Amino acid sequence: MPRLSQVMIRTALIWLGVGFTLGGLLLWHQGVPLSPWLLTLRQAHVHMLLVGWTVQLAYGTAFWIFPRLDARGTRGDVRLVWLCYGMLNGGVLLAALYDLARVLVGTGWIGVMPVLAGLLYLGATIAFLVNAWPRVISFRTLPRPE
Amino acid sequence: MYIQARYFIRTALIYLLIAFLVGGLVLINQGLQLHNRIGVLLPVFYHLLMVGWATQLICGVALWMFPVYSKEQPRGDERLGWFTYGTLNVGLLLRAFFEPLHIWVGGWGWTLALSALLQVSAIWVFVIAIWPRVKIRSRKG
Repeated sequence: MPRLSQVMIRTALIWLGVGFTLGGLLLWHQGVPLSPWLLTLRQAHVHMLLVGWTVQLAYGTAFWIFPRLDARGTRGDVRLVWLCYGMLNGGVLLAALYDLARVLVGTGWIGVMPVLAGLLYLGATIAFLVNAWPRVISFRTLPRPE
Repeated sequence: MYIQARYFIRTALIYLLIAFLVGGLVLINQGLQLHNRIGVLLPVFYHLLMVGWATQLICGVALWMFPVYSKEQPRGDERLGWFTYGTLNVGLLLRAFFEPLHIWVGGWGWTLALSALLQVSAIWVFVIAIWPRVKIRSRKG
């Protein structure tokens, strides 16, 4: 497993744990009310688990196991996938913190957070696709490198 | 595929079927308005699909296919995987039964708190179990 996949999959695992913890708090609150403030965590729960966990795990695993580009084992431009990693997690953070920030700070400039999160998700996806697309090929025997 | 992964993956497949039975019922009810109580099953459908199917399938495949922990213990401490399997499924089943029941008749709130505790424990134990196996392959020689 390359370093980048390790970082992506471990970050996905952290989002899994945190996302489930928020979901657990929401479910607990539904059965045994704790604080109505907890309801602001619902969006964060969804973004962490759908994007931070599921999508990021898929990206990290795809970067690891998709066919290589040449006999040296090249996985394409790694910088693009690091960029994808940064943008994806930046997007999850912004999307997750938006409702909480809205409760604490009110509306106004906070409105830029979901917009930025959406753009970061889009950028991350494009960066991933540019790297992954040429690697979606049939496995073949490559000549040994000189 | 070793036995623990088979349990995870087959159980995930069962949840897939149940999730779409529930989801189908919710959709049919939206169109035909069979009963106004059926609508509360929507979050149950989401969680059967995303926890019972998707997350459980990922857990099973990861425990099966991720790099080995060590030569002596290729999958690490398998008790952690069994703990995850048990608590995740008991927690999810509690939710699936008692969330609608709590909304319909009330008085079952404690089961939802227990379900939350079980599912959160399951996931953190899974994270602990799989973490050391998310590693860069060591090259010999």
